[in-house]
Amino acid sequence: MLRWTRECRSVRSVSAGLRFLRAEPFAAGGGAIYATIVLVAIFADRLAPYPPKAILRVGARVARYLPMSSDHWLGTTSSGRDVLSQLIWGTRAALAVGLTAAVAVVAIGTVLGLLSGYLGGWVDRVITWFADIVLGLPFLPSMLVLASLTRPGTTVVIISVAGLLWPNTARVIRSQVLSLRERAWVEAARVTGCSTGRIMFVHVLPQVLPLAALYGSVAIGWAILAEASASFLGFGDPDMMSWGVMLQEAYANQALSRGAWNWFAPPGAALMAMVLAGFLISRGSEKLLFPKLADQ
Amino acid sequence: MSSLTFILFRLAPGDPTINFLSPSFNEETRAALMKSFGLDKPLWEQYFIYMGNLLQGNLGQSFLQGKPVAVLLADALPNTVLLTLVSLTAAYAFGIVAGAFLAFHRGGLVEAVSIPAALATRAAPEFWLGMLLLAGLAFQTGWFPTGGALSPGREMNSFAERFMSGDFWWHLALPALTLMLYLQGLPLLLMRATMLEVLNDEFIVMAKMKGLSRWSVVMRHAARNALLPVVTAFALGLGASIGGNVVVETVFAWPGIGRVLVTAVQSADYPLAQGAFILIAASLVTMNTLADLAYAALDPRVSVGAKR
Repeated sequence: MLRWTRECRSVRSVSAGLRFLRAEPFAAGGGAIYATIVLVAIFADRLAPYPPKAILRVGARVARYLPMSSDHWLGTTSSGRDVLSQLIWGTRAALAVGLTAAVAVVAIGTVLGLLSGYLGGWVDRVITWFADIVLGLPFLPSMLVLASLTRPGTTVVIISVAGLLWPNTARVIRSQVLSLRERAWVEAARVTGCSTGRIMFVHVLPQVLPLAALYGSVAIGWAILAEASASFLGFGDPDMMSWGVMLQEAYANQALSRGAWNWFAPPGAALMAMVLAGFLISRGSEKLLFPKLADQ
Repeated sequence: MSSLTFILFRLAPGDPTINFLSPSFNEETRAALMKSFGLDKPLWEQYFIYMGNLLQGNLGQSFLQGKPVAVLLADALPNTVLLTLVSLTAAYAFGIVAGAFLAFHRGGLVEAVSIPAALATRAAPEFWLGMLLLAGLAFQTGWFPTGGALSPGREMNSFAERFMSGDFWWHLALPALTLMLYLQGLPLLLMRATMLEVLNDEFIVMAKMKGLSRWSVVMRHAARNALLPVVTAFALGLGASIGGNVVVETVFAWPGIGRVLVTAVQSADYPLAQGAFILIAASLVTMNTLADLAYAALDPRVSVGAKR
């Protein structure tokens, strides 16, 4: 019996998901972009025509600044590396950075928002005060300073994104929890003798998870942009094959004055597509989560 | 905040004098230099000296350039402020008009194209937009200079002379255009959303019932109210982009605060990096406060003193 309900529920949720995608073309578009990027990242080693860091040669000469051709769909870089292969490998870096940072942002923001909203009192005051301070910090400059103090690299980027973006999620979760806390079923749980921790994490937490996921999808985009900016300014991990590193190399090696559009246009377009996907998904699901806004 | 930055910067690895000294200097001159910068004193003493100086508006000396930090920052600040003001004003002028226009043409092709386009400009990395413009409009066509704030060889003695010169504005065009493209999405979407909200309000129905013209309803009644959140966003944007210009200033080698911060951080010039960071953070906080005040001043329904 139990299994039957479960299967029934999963079928229902799949069909609800499909209905949602049909009703929300923006969200469907965003989902399609994400799906493509994930697939490319999984099969990067098979899709990429060359190893991303291999220095290619034509005869004895290094294949520098080759234009687009059937051998090199997006041409080559100043050091004779295949741009398309770098672009394909870049999906892995983007997903790794984006997902890790988004999970961290959402985890910190949700837990602190939950504590602050449900417990109130001094806990709430301390967390809100701390969130206000962090919101007063300029994002990119703070990240630069953090990166310069420690070893520049991906870890610092992820830590700074998580450390600087959690207040946005925490604020929204907090206000949601403030209203959930007063609902009858919370009271019911309290009456049946549930501990505060159990009410918070077993009863209230699942209610705010969709909202947290929404903020997560935007945080993925922010994290990837942050990594790209940090790499561009020279605070990233130069050994990682990311789109930001590609752009930095292009900028530093006169790709602009040579008009090597095939080199510097694609990584930026890929970054834009991925961040846009997050925006589109969050816009689409806002209507699902907050139907009141839908008629606007 | 300033205490935080002090602690952060002193924890930094690396000896700042390494950049400052040539390897030929011996240990004695190095110690003398450390002393002249006050780096030989214990950390807590350095902290109190630093905080005391900060309160008097003294940000210390740049390790690398040997000039007072305040002077270097004062040179860079007008460039950043001007860049920000020009691009933000252009972005908001465009965004407000386009957003109001979109609020009327709901549904259909216009919306289906323009909303994703507006979102896309917000999603694109700023520095990449700058690179595209730089490659297309500066390197390939030669219409605009490729970086800096003045043509090589030109010296400007005073601010007035500098800001009156066409050369300066010609250099400003591309970075400002980049920032404008990046920034116009927010006012556009915000204006559209609030317009749609306001147009459903009762006083708009009332105005229509009074038989006022469509133009009068839209411009005199709806737009004025819809502008409120946009004005707030403008003030917030001003504070945020003084710090957020970091990448655009780097792409165009624009001599502003953001670039000062980047180069100072790269070369471990802590006093300068510290000063630039504090200035950026202070302008962010100031503009946030101003945004609150502006909101209250423009909308009598909100009052600052009231408990929110």
